[in-house]
Amino acid sequence: MSAAAPKYETVIGLEVHAQLLTRSKMFCGCPTTFGARPNTQTCPVCLGMPGSLPVVNRRAVEFGIRTALAFGCRINDACRFARKHYYYPDMPKNYQISQYEEPLAENGALEIEAEGGTRTIGIQRLHLEEDVGKLLHEGTLETAQASLVDFNRSGVPLMETVSRPELRSPEEAATYLKAFRAVLIFLGVCDGNMEEGSLRCDANISIRPHGSTTLGTKVEIKNLNSFRNVQRALEFEERRQAQALDAGERIVQETRLWEADRGYTRSMRSKEFAHDYRYFPEPDLVPLQIDRRWVEEIKGSLPELPRAWRRRAVAQYGLPPYDAEVLTQSRALVDYYEAALHEWSPAAGAGAERPKILSNWIMSELLRVLPGDDERAIGASPIPPARLVGLLQLIENATISGKIAKDVFQKMFDTGDDARTIVERDGLTQVADEGALGQVIESVMAANPKAIEDYRRGKKEAKGALVGQVMKATRGKANPALVNRLLEDKLSQT
Amino acid sequence: MTHRPIHELTDAYRRGDLTPTAAAEDYLARIGALDGKIGAYLTVVRDQALAAARESEARWSAGSPRGPLDGAPIAVKDVLCTAGVRTTCGSKMLERFVPPYDATTVERLRAAGAVILGKTNLDEFAMGSSTEHSAYHPTRNPWDLTRVPGGSSGGSAAAVAGGLAAGAYGSDTGGSIRQPAAFCGVVGMKPTYGRVSRYGLIALASSLDQIGPFAQDVTDAAHLLAAVAGHDPHDATSIEAPVPDYAAELPKGVAGLTLGMPDEYFPDGMDPEVERAVRAAIDVLKGLGAKIERVSLPTTPHALAAYYVILPAEASSNLARYDGVKYGLRVAGRDLIDMESRTRSAGFGAEVKRRIMLGTYVLSAGYYDAYYGKAQSVRTLVRREFAAAFAKVDLIVAPTTPNVPFKHGEKQDPLSMYLNDVFTIPGNLSGIPGVSVPCGFSAAGLPIGLQVLGRPLDEARVLRAAYAYEQATSWRSRRPELT
Repeated sequence: MSAAAPKYETVIGLEVHAQLLTRSKMFCGCPTTFGARPNTQTCPVCLGMPGSLPVVNRRAVEFGIRTALAFGCRINDACRFARKHYYYPDMPKNYQISQYEEPLAENGALEIEAEGGTRTIGIQRLHLEEDVGKLLHEGTLETAQASLVDFNRSGVPLMETVSRPELRSPEEAATYLKAFRAVLIFLGVCDGNMEEGSLRCDANISIRPHGSTTLGTKVEIKNLNSFRNVQRALEFEERRQAQALDAGERIVQETRLWEADRGYTRSMRSKEFAHDYRYFPEPDLVPLQIDRRWVEEIKGSLPELPRAWRRRAVAQYGLPPYDAEVLTQSRALVDYYEAALHEWSPAAGAGAERPKILSNWIMSELLRVLPGDDERAIGASPIPPARLVGLLQLIENATISGKIAKDVFQKMFDTGDDARTIVERDGLTQVADEGALGQVIESVMAANPKAIEDYRRGKKEAKGALVGQVMKATRGKANPALVNRLLEDKLSQT
Repeated sequence: MTHRPIHELTDAYRRGDLTPTAAAEDYLARIGALDGKIGAYLTVVRDQALAAARESEARWSAGSPRGPLDGAPIAVKDVLCTAGVRTTCGSKMLERFVPPYDATTVERLRAAGAVILGKTNLDEFAMGSSTEHSAYHPTRNPWDLTRVPGGSSGGSAAAVAGGLAAGAYGSDTGGSIRQPAAFCGVVGMKPTYGRVSRYGLIALASSLDQIGPFAQDVTDAAHLLAAVAGHDPHDATSIEAPVPDYAAELPKGVAGLTLGMPDEYFPDGMDPEVERAVRAAIDVLKGLGAKIERVSLPTTPHALAAYYVILPAEASSNLARYDGVKYGLRVAGRDLIDMESRTRSAGFGAEVKRRIMLGTYVLSAGYYDAYYGKAQSVRTLVRREFAAAFAKVDLIVAPTTPNVPFKHGEKQDPLSMYLNDVFTIPGNLSGIPGVSVPCGFSAAGLPIGLQVLGRPLDEARVLRAAYAYEQATSWRSRRPELT
């Protein structure tokens, strides 16, 4: 139950659009590369020229099937494309080729780790369609004297997946989206980049009194371009709807736009003005017959998916489930972890604590400087897995302390140098010379008679202050274990 | 020379009696002299035609022509995209539309060495049966300039009948090739749906449209069809089946074939002159050894109703793209919606608007099942009925139209215009091939057409029967007198 709406139960369903990583577009041979000069990746088909006809991209269908299999969907033997009509200048034909009554796949599920354990969220349907172009306005939409259309994106394959209304909180919705995204990335069917729009999400949300079995009036929210915005927008909407019901108002079925900068949703169009899309079967395409053998082939080539990896990481590496969850936010991060572990523990059984040390360092240091869900950033990390291991080995063999290692990590990230080079150049090697350390300890003890007195009276914490003084005097380079032992010896001598 | 079929022209090229350039020049001269009266063309591409003719001439003189269409002076309906040449669809909407690409049919014609003379007139966006509803000018029937040539491919039919092209191509959605062929006394063929690629054909109703030839005789029709038929990877609805040598099949005759005569195609109240001519033609086929059997296609009257739901539905969708944003006409407006609305109001004619409204309505939420869904069920029945009939007979023979060409302006009521296609529409709904071949004239000297329908992909047999009939009669020797 969300704190913002204690009287009500929240019901959320997500529609996710994912751009597929095919080389060519959904219905023509144009390339799909992001960021090319406007209107350079177009042809009569994706420009909707009179007389042009669509031809289905087999690879896009394959990606759709891969995804459907990963979610355990039923793949229909035959599916059909349909035309969805509405007028908008970024859509050259003024209809979008999509799927309606006969989608590629139906009835799957995604398991997510929610508050209170694992939850299974139903996936109602998965279908393929084409993306639209992009409008570019001179200045702002309100003041622009002209708008330009870039059709490079027009016809890029999109996969739409609709969840059942089984998510019960904004937080759960964000968790679902993260888990969903991870699956697509592991499958290699989508790059999952929400800022560039390769992954887009619309949410349907309604609330109802606890215990009610009928659904409340739903509101659709658009323009949710990050996990954070999905959660924030849904939290706002959950609150808005609860306040409306508390005030005795009715919820209007409508589409609302999330204004991320202002932190609220505003009405776009109500049901009365909803589009009548006038769907009908696309006569330019024949129904797609899905060959069972092809499906079996694809099934055989599915990679290890996030959930399976997490299970294995917990069982085989002894990682806590939380760590495994964090690491599966991208394929690149799992690859990073696996490569580092392989580098560090080539022999089986060696260093049982290493998997956890590694995940600690990745979670606390690597993900402090790099976004873990960014495939490209992780893949191109200035500290590659082998170098991180190089650093951890310096801790393991007591060349540097863990504390110093964090500074070295930052320097590695900033300069691109390896750990050993930095440690040697900056003279960061631990002071592990008993004689030298003994002298430092004696001068620290001489300067802090009160701490010694406290310690001897039984106030054992006083030792910590002395250790701190020693570390300070050695600028952190003293070997902490050695400092502890020497200090204990000296304190117990007199 | 301009009334010689293509196979005679190419014989003359082979013998060296005639060159493609001379033939093209003759046709262009005749177009210049006569098309002001007929109005068959919207655009004539003189320089391109002569350049293509010269290339053909070089091939003929080198003894390496590309085939039976090399050097053939032909015309194409202005619904087929031609790279660099405006393609108007007979509409103000596309008055300045110059496609950047060739339709597959056009590409194949160029590859076959054909000489394209120009683009022919049609009812706007191929909606009509008279070629009166072009946004540019009406086309007149070469047999009687006060009468219509039929439509929507009236320009192509009139060009071939009037000696303004040796052959031509049109598109047939509900009879738009066969009906004008009958009205103009030429051969016109609608192949099986999917036999000829639709890539580059500006769509009217995608599930019904099919490209086909107009010819002076059946032999030419066989060559013109063979040149453009066959699978095209750019059209997902095109059929992957080998293309037979249609011309080689022609002389096989009709002896032993069973021809079905559908009762519903000889209704009470049809033009008695048409009925008489068609029955006489069927007798000729019987005399050639064909067996004639009565068949029943009881859904025929409902086919028209179903057609006028499916066609507008698909057309309203296909024509949504003409909004002034990307190409063609744009009328300035206060904002986007106003610009689109003004553009569509100014760019489309009355019949186009009527069908867009009809189609939009039948696809609307709450009406879809009652109209579009029902029409599709009727379509299935029509298809089954033909399949059942073709289990008993090899071909179906019937009139192409219930009447002879009517006068310009005679049919003001859209419904009476729609009734013109009652015998041709079922062929489109079921996707089967059909040809119209001249089978006589009315007392007033107006042409009448015999329609031969066949099983899917059985164009060879359809053409065979038409050829047998044509060779047994002499109608093709009659030409309209034009001065």
